[in-house]
Amino acid sequence: MNYEEKLIELAHKNESIIILTAENRASIRNLPKVIPNKFIDTGINEQSLVGISAGLALRGRTPIVHALAAFLTMRSFEFIRTDIGYPNLNVKLIGNFAGLLSEGNGPTHQAIEDIALMRCIPNMNIFCPADMDDMIKGLSTIINYNRPFYIRYNDLPTIVNHEEFALGKAEVFGDGNEIGIIVYGTLFNESFKAKEILEAEGYSVRLVNLRTIKPIDEYEILNTVNNCKTIISIEDHYQIGGLYSIISEILVKEKLISDYLAINLQNKFFKPAKLNNILNYEGFSAIQIANRIKEHLVKKEKKLNVQWSNV
Amino acid sequence: MDNKKLIEYKEIAKNVREHIITLSNNGGAFIGSALSCSDLIVYLYTDFLNVSKDKLQSKNRDYFFLSKGHAVPALYGMFIELGWLEVERLNNHLQVNDDIYWHPNTKIPGVEFHSGSLGHSLSIAIGIAIDCKLKETQNKIVVLMGDGELNEGSIWESLLIAHAYKLDNLLIIIDRNQIQANLLTEELIPLNPLNLKFESFGCTVKSIDGHNFIDMNEALKEFPFEINRPSVIIADTTRGKGIRSIENKINKWFVENNDYSVIEYINELNMTNEFEFKMSNLNEL
Repeated sequence: MNYEEKLIELAHKNESIIILTAENRASIRNLPKVIPNKFIDTGINEQSLVGISAGLALRGRTPIVHALAAFLTMRSFEFIRTDIGYPNLNVKLIGNFAGLLSEGNGPTHQAIEDIALMRCIPNMNIFCPADMDDMIKGLSTIINYNRPFYIRYNDLPTIVNHEEFALGKAEVFGDGNEIGIIVYGTLFNESFKAKEILEAEGYSVRLVNLRTIKPIDEYEILNTVNNCKTIISIEDHYQIGGLYSIISEILVKEKLISDYLAINLQNKFFKPAKLNNILNYEGFSAIQIANRIKEHLVKKEKKLNVQWSNV
Repeated sequence: MDNKKLIEYKEIAKNVREHIITLSNNGGAFIGSALSCSDLIVYLYTDFLNVSKDKLQSKNRDYFFLSKGHAVPALYGMFIELGWLEVERLNNHLQVNDDIYWHPNTKIPGVEFHSGSLGHSLSIAIGIAIDCKLKETQNKIVVLMGDGELNEGSIWESLLIAHAYKLDNLLIIIDRNQIQANLLTEELIPLNPLNLKFESFGCTVKSIDGHNFIDMNEALKEFPFEINRPSVIIADTTRGKGIRSIENKINKWFVENNDYSVIEYINELNMTNEFEFKMSNLNEL
């Protein structure tokens, strides 16, 4: 089952669902034919798209709104904040081609500050599925949850069997105590493969797939910090305002300190190309992630040795 | 419209203007803008909109959105006349123990949706209008906008959608007082010919005197003006209407008042009203 089929299934079950798009039909191409009375296309028009969804939510509808993540979160940011966030309306914003998924479109289409933008809005929630299966598993809970949600659409093929979805609860693979990888969304697959590479070389690894970024599974993050010697966060987002910021905020709040490696886009746009080429160019492929982690551990070891020799 | 009704509406409008001035005490308000659309709001709530105190949440009610949110004193003034809001609460303006401030919010019963950021309400109204069309209900959806507000691009993209979805349950009223915050609209960002702009966007347009209840009555009884098209009223108005020392004064947009100036303005309002009453009697003779 894919996203579109799941959405149609939910729309048949839930009378209130109405699907909107700003002429971004890639993920819902067959839907208008199947449920024409529950489908609105506003044209290339993100601000009004969001305003209209607020009006529909005021009438008791559950609008599910599709647009390119970059334009949805940035062009209509004020409409989302003021007309969805502030009144806490039941609107689901589906951001397509977020993070690296914009592939060859270039910086105009790169949504790599979307998490930072959406998470600072009061009442807004964020779901970043790891792949198509993860997205489908979370969809029905999120649609039936009467709150605003931003969803980083992700149709990457699935390489693991995800567990059942629960709001604000992360999914954990392994119970290693050396390396704790915390990841969301597009880079899950590469992180999972990196875990396998590291384990084959004898490292003890655990991997946390966050699923929702807001609410965030603080318990599982702290669990990882407390049980692993080194924690790694991996995301296709700017360092500022994303997962690195979120984990840092939690650590400060809990007065904790951890050996920490943040793998992300720093503060730059990424090289536009096919996804695989981007992963390699930006150092996000599984083997590169594994190597970056090992390099970090070597550096950490050297630092420790220097400290000891100074004593 | 019979004479009795007319006198009644004028009385309500005078009261609303008094409330506006009272509200502007304790820190001031955008009274020029509120006085400009007072008569329109009075007409809508007394004659046009299907709303009442016990129907504020009914799905069959008509919807009114004050897109130019800074004119909210006019709306609250009308709510007092309708008995939805206690007049004493005007003294709570800008106090933390109440929710009466410079822009409308839904904590005040009767406010459909908050506003303040210009160019938002039309898209929200379109969402409501589309839902009403899909459910084949008879609600009317009214949006009152300022002319300065028409600088916002979101309005024009929303109009494209209102036309595409044939929203003849939608009424857009432009408070055309010719003055935006600090300048004349035609000097800053000219809007004329405004009727042609709306017509070219697929709306049917009527121009009226926005202070004349007979004019409003004539125009609105024909709503929707045309089937499958949004209706637009361009209401010619005067910013600061009713108080001569404020009328059309560029610098009287936001007016900060104190107890003394409030009494002065209310006196002035009464004088203007008496003068107009005498003039209308003269005209009848």
